[in-house]
Amino acid sequence: MPRTIIQKLWDSHVVSEPAGAPALLYIDLHLVHEVTSPQAFQGLRDRGLKVRRPDKTFGTCDHSTPTAPRDLPIIDPIAKAQVEQFEKNCRDFGIPHFGYLSNRQGIVHVIGPEYGLTQPGQTVVCGDSHTATHGAFGALAFGIGTSQVEHVLATQTLLQRKSKSFAVHVNGTLKPGVAAKDIILALIAKIGVGGGTECVFEYTGSTIRALTMEERMTVCNMSIEGGARAGLIAPDDVTYQFLNGRPFAPKGAAWDAAVAKWRALPTDAGATYDHEVSIDADALEPMITFGTNPGMGISINGAVPDPASISDSVERETLKKALVYMGLEPGKPLTGRPVDVVFIGSCTNSRMSDLRAAAGVLKGRKVNPKVRVMVVPGSQQIKREAEAEGLDKVFREAGAEWREAGCSMCIAMNGDQLTPGQYSVSTSNRNFEGRQGKGGRTFLASPLTAAASAISGTVTDPRTLVG
Amino acid sequence: MEKFTAFESSVALLPTDNIDTDQIIPARFLKTISKAGLGDQLFFDWRYNADGSPKADFPLNQEPAKSAQVLLAGDNFGCGSSREHAPWALTQFGFRAVISTSFADIFKGNSLKNSLLPIQVTRDVHAKLFSALQANPQAKVSVDLASQTLTLPDGSKAQFPVDAFSKTCMLEGVDELGFLLKHEAEIAAYEAANPAGLDTLSVAL
Repeated sequence: MPRTIIQKLWDSHVVSEPAGAPALLYIDLHLVHEVTSPQAFQGLRDRGLKVRRPDKTFGTCDHSTPTAPRDLPIIDPIAKAQVEQFEKNCRDFGIPHFGYLSNRQGIVHVIGPEYGLTQPGQTVVCGDSHTATHGAFGALAFGIGTSQVEHVLATQTLLQRKSKSFAVHVNGTLKPGVAAKDIILALIAKIGVGGGTECVFEYTGSTIRALTMEERMTVCNMSIEGGARAGLIAPDDVTYQFLNGRPFAPKGAAWDAAVAKWRALPTDAGATYDHEVSIDADALEPMITFGTNPGMGISINGAVPDPASISDSVERETLKKALVYMGLEPGKPLTGRPVDVVFIGSCTNSRMSDLRAAAGVLKGRKVNPKVRVMVVPGSQQIKREAEAEGLDKVFREAGAEWREAGCSMCIAMNGDQLTPGQYSVSTSNRNFEGRQGKGGRTFLASPLTAAASAISGTVTDPRTLVG
Repeated sequence: MEKFTAFESSVALLPTDNIDTDQIIPARFLKTISKAGLGDQLFFDWRYNADGSPKADFPLNQEPAKSAQVLLAGDNFGCGSSREHAPWALTQFGFRAVISTSFADIFKGNSLKNSLLPIQVTRDVHAKLFSALQANPQAKVSVDLASQTLTLPDGSKAQFPVDAFSKTCMLEGVDELGFLLKHEAEIAAYEAANPAGLDTLSVAL
């Protein structure tokens, strides 16, 4: 029977199917960071357990990690204690990791692909919902809670039920000024933040095939914002070219054998999905969110929707509440609205191509003096590469901050945050109330839109500056 | 884990769709390395004014919601991040069940591992309970996991789904890790049959 890649990944990782219980699913790569792991390590200590497979585990600090120069100490004593505890846990349990002062540290979903840890055909988990990012390689990658972090540390398995399959077909050619970020924002706006609940997305179609690996990661990254725990793209030559030669990628004959195996992963002709949706890439415009969840998105010149047009009372009240929080009037576009902060970074958009896109807009221009612009590379490696290309100079000369690697203002745990009432245009993945700092208000968009908005100081259609 | 027993309770009402885990427990409280104290931080930014005083109009600051063991929320409750701090905060505050028309996947899984019962009901049942509570905020519901029954204030009953394994674990107070550890032989057999793969210790970086 023809199978989807989702089914193939599931089948090849089932350890056991005990009667009356979910299946035991084997985990090939477990990524660990400082925020969702300390209670799990404590659980191991309480039970006297070891980490079963430190050789399938890798750690980095990112979430509560400052993006100020690394020769400065961590000022927040609680964050400092958490980062130190993370490093101690990794040392005590023999887990390879990038600590605070490592020159390879970075966002967990950036370093996995960067070092070739993430590979096609794997199951990948992390105590972080954006683990879906790794699905870009044709891996089944999903976020887990801290109890499950402990389960994987102790047994390298998880009790799992098979998800439903949801094909997202994206066909056509993206117009200049339209980015991978706009594909995923458009999908979430279309199906809603609960649209993919209990599903794994498989992104297919000509547009997806034409994306680079970095762009594919941007798309898969926000699968969770569409309600799906995972989202993936079948591997192809673009995948293998990206992976070949990275430190943890197989070498020599092992590489050839691995590629031969990976070529069998894509969905078989005739396989069926539980759900399907199509996105017309030709018609896509730059997207931006106006509300307090990522499904509240519109095309950049669109109007903020009117709660009065919604019949369901809870939905109507939810939208009303969002517009009150955001300080927005229905029926008007966002373009031209002043912004206070522009954030370029996060596991969604902090890779070289994102920085190049933003720098391309900012080069030879100045950011509006009323706007604080923060550029936060996804990893120390990206920081070095960007500096080698002179991107740091472009950002600095334009008046933007060029910072150290970390999650930064995507989650606002590390001191990088909005103040109450401020507006940001952000390349991150969540616009929840207070997500970027208590009382802060977030418009999610692509690096192009963020950079264009930095220059004008207002929400701006990037096509007025590029293409 | 404590055994999950049947109970009757008043209901706290948060009729908003898509309540995300950043609202349930804001990220700045995730810098802790323990589970202690999260109940005080539950819904912090909705619950407290800037000066730290409780917001008088927030439901959880009023009786009977303040001491309710059941929360009635809008659709897709618990969306967003994977933080298990969300069910930890809810249970430490005193909640034992959340009623919604749907739950985000990771939140649902995390809740079941922490004796917090996600009760999924139809839109009709949700609307009926919402109206009953608006008419009488003191009204109570009964929750019985064994029979998977929610009893509304008018005595009508609604069945809710829960997977058999999670149900057994909750009723018997068994945690999943103990179950997984019993399958060591099968895990070792799987590893022996699938020897290739990533070795994160193979390259010193």
